[in-house]
Amino acid sequence: MTDPDEAADRRLDANAAAGPLAELFTVDLTVAVATCAGCGNDAPLAAHLLYADAPALVVRCPNCAGVVLRYASSGSTLRLDLTGARLLTVTLAADGSVGISERQPHRPP
Amino acid sequence: MSFVSRGFAGRRRKTPPGRLPPGQYDVGDGFPVLSAGPTPRTALASWDFQVQGQVDGVRRWSRTQFQGLPRESVSVDLHCVTSWSKFDTRWEGVSVDTLLADVVTAAEFAVAFSDGGYTTNLPLADLTGGQAWVVDTYDGQPLEPEHGGPARLLVPHLYFWKSAKWVRGLTLTLEDEPGFWETFGYHNYGDPWREQRYAGD
Ligand SMILES: [Zn+2]
Repeated sequence: MTDPDEAADRRLDANAAAGPLAELFTVDLTVAVATCAGCGNDAPLAAHLLYADAPALVVRCPNCAGVVLRYASSGSTLRLDLTGARLLTVTLAADGSVGISERQPHRPP
Repeated sequence: MSFVSRGFAGRRRKTPPGRLPPGQYDVGDGFPVLSAGPTPRTALASWDFQVQGQVDGVRRWSRTQFQGLPRESVSVDLHCVTSWSKFDTRWEGVSVDTLLADVVTAAEFAVAFSDGGYTTNLPLADLTGGQAWVVDTYDGQPLEPEHGGPARLLVPHLYFWKSAKWVRGLTLTLEDEPGFWETFGYHNYGDPWREQRYAGD
């Protein structure tokens, strides 16, 4: 069954987003700046408040204590909730690197 | 030489048979505190409890009025989704049946809401019939803020995240409205005996 919106909007299967998103999520997110959806405060993720002993990692805004991000891994399932983050900003170095050593260059098979 | 046996003083009592749900362990005398946020420090003078939403009129009890309601003592087992269980915990407070006694409502669901913004949703049928309390003492002492004081919800037949700490009221709803953990992939109902930890379990 063809979804008419798909043709009209050139809508792609969200698998196609995985490549570009990998760019973000191989970055050391502690250097990312998160904008709180609640109060608009900008702060590096590393400056946020982390509650790690709950059933998930709960990252809260250093200004208003609102939930910015929730993350959990259980078994083979990872969950990420960014409802409370209006924006994640990562600034790359001029050469396009993100300046962290763990990052592996992408090698096509 | 010592005849004092570490075995007797230190040994954890045996897990009561038939009372440990699947995938759980007996935490013994411990009482883990799992915090998803800062512990609210609510002044007792400004604490109140409210029943709102789909009701014929909002009900509100000040701290003093709440303490004047008929009280019940209960001893129940707790089951946390992070897999610890704790047996024979003693609490005192007010039955939700008492709080809802003369409320006229068409609601089938409720959202418990707390200081600090926490919420959890439950079918109204699971809050009534002697299954749920708003408790303000634990083990004979005023409930510590770390464990949800001034008062927390206690719904022991469901995973413990349904027993909202720092509870301030219930919003009765016509539609089910998933709460803090329920919107994050945790099971909407959370029956420990059916091991309903995550959505789809
Ligand atoms: Zn904020």
